[in-house]
Amino acid sequence: MTVFILRRVLQAILVLAITSLIVFLGVYAIGDPLEILLPADATMAERAQVAASLHLDQPLPLQYLNFVSSALQGDFGRSFVYNRPALEVIFERLPATLELVTTSLVLSLVIGLPLGLWAGMKPGSLTDESVMTGSILGFSLPNFWQGMMLIMIFSVWLGWLPSTGRGDTGTVLGLHTSYATWDGFVHLLLPALNLAMAQIALVIRLTRTGVQETMPLDFVKYARARGLSERRILFVHVLKTILIPIVTVLGIEFGSLIAFAVVTETIFAWPGVGKLIIDSINMLDRPVVVAYILVIVTMFILINLIVDVLYSLLDPRIRSRA
Amino acid sequence: MSETLLEVRNLKTWFETPKGTVKAVDGVDLTLNRGEILGLVGESGSGKSITGFSLLGLVDPPGKVVEGSILFKGEDLRAASNKRLQALRGDRIAMIFQDPMMTLNPVLRIGTQMIETVRAHANVSKAEARAMARDALGMVGIPRPEERIDAYPHEFSGGMRQRVAIAIALLHKPDLIIADEPTTALDVTIQSQILSEVQKLTREMGMGLIWISHDLGVVAELAQNVAVMYAGRIVERGTVDQVLDTPMHPYTRGLIDSLPMENDRGQPLKQIPGNAPPPLGRPEGCPFRPRCGFATDACLSEPSETGDLSRGWRCFHPLAQEVTA
Repeated sequence: MTVFILRRVLQAILVLAITSLIVFLGVYAIGDPLEILLPADATMAERAQVAASLHLDQPLPLQYLNFVSSALQGDFGRSFVYNRPALEVIFERLPATLELVTTSLVLSLVIGLPLGLWAGMKPGSLTDESVMTGSILGFSLPNFWQGMMLIMIFSVWLGWLPSTGRGDTGTVLGLHTSYATWDGFVHLLLPALNLAMAQIALVIRLTRTGVQETMPLDFVKYARARGLSERRILFVHVLKTILIPIVTVLGIEFGSLIAFAVVTETIFAWPGVGKLIIDSINMLDRPVVVAYILVIVTMFILINLIVDVLYSLLDPRIRSRA
Repeated sequence: MSETLLEVRNLKTWFETPKGTVKAVDGVDLTLNRGEILGLVGESGSGKSITGFSLLGLVDPPGKVVEGSILFKGEDLRAASNKRLQALRGDRIAMIFQDPMMTLNPVLRIGTQMIETVRAHANVSKAEARAMARDALGMVGIPRPEERIDAYPHEFSGGMRQRVAIAIALLHKPDLIIADEPTTALDVTIQSQILSEVQKLTREMGMGLIWISHDLGVVAELAQNVAVMYAGRIVERGTVDQVLDTPMHPYTRGLIDSLPMENDRGQPLKQIPGNAPPPLGRPEGCPFRPRCGFATDACLSEPSETGDLSRGWRCFHPLAQEVTA
């Protein structure tokens, strides 16, 4: 296990080094931030002064080396726009996004698993057909349109839920979260549901297929021959078997949810990193973009590690091989 | 000891498919007493496994038991509710499957699967159930049961896994065990160990055992009575000695001849010509007719069973005149 983790850490460092180089070059290629940061009538002297203060007058390799050496000390530079450390700006916004993403992951499991099990148990039935048709809608309708429809129905027509913003937040166990207040919770519902739509559809499909592939297997018949109840067969024997592919896919999806959060955060004016990164790209706020991507890559690596650990918890055959 | 445990009459299990009705089991009669081991022999597709599943109400759709009666200790299982069948399965009637690789759930510990089986039928605590499971493992010859009970199925060898399956079957001291080719996936030495183990346990516990197999050799070693199945019917039945020494049906003769024998060394193995008929295209009359060297025009109509439920056969041209019944 120690060797396994050590190897993963080395891999992670390599991945981070390569990404930082690619991102740094990529952002450099997009354009000159001075054009945006300075007023159009700025003099050459002012230009040179700002460029020097942001270290933009140095050649690219030197800029990169400076970046790496200070990044190693935990300093990812100051945001050009907010004039504060880039990491601070990101970490200020990140909890809102993570809260949104984890809530929609939980929603997709809480809604998707039962519906998938239900549909899978009765293939070809009316239940199955309706759930499957619903899941096609979840998949194929554009996410932003679903978001606007949710606002239309629940905020405009029914008036049940607020449509924009994060609402009041509070502190629970040292975490700053919307769950602490009722106002925060109702503000979270719509964006989380919007973000979860495609995931719910995905979980439904994976679960249904899993159930249908597992039910004809011999161990299910054997479980019946031992006189176990259908409930125990479904919720213990079948569910534990099909959780393996579901965990894999959701692990991968966690990353893309953070990416998709950009759309949802924009529609619902949710103050998360998705909105921050879009603004930063528009403003060519180089340190924030680079730091953001490195943070996201680190999270991906962590998620993958967690998925691998979950695997070995779910499947004893993997455990004995490791 | 000769209390009747199971009486099956005219059992028919059919599968409705888009291409037609597959009559997997087509009028099977069986009788089994306490302490008796009955070998149910036949080729793949003869309907022997489906017969076993039909007894427990475990035939997968589109299969359905359409006719006949299954009397288990006087209770008609065909009329029994699902709840009643669920209560009987694993408790009074246990089943052992062919492939121990596939039947134990790979992601659950052996202990978990044994304890759930105990607790499905007995109102005992987890600790008591665990103790029962451990004792059962010890009884079938698994070393260090206290440790092994926490292992996963893949940590056992094939033979050990099948012992676990037997231990699970014995948990509630059932009246009847249906074993569906349980030793087919095992090598010969393990097979004979398990056979003698099963024989001993059946005798000691006074259970009835139906041993489904394609291997006449194994059945000869283990059982007292044999029923030979072909195309959904029992074509010959009797004691092991009767059936093996004086087979009446040409198919039984063929099965016996195709067993490798000591004095046939170097000779090509005899085989039954042709293949078992496809389930949807069974020939009219005697289903064995196209493969039979004795077939005449009489065989164009369906032979009825000659004899009774202790010694009988379905053939117009029995191979020998019965000397002693």
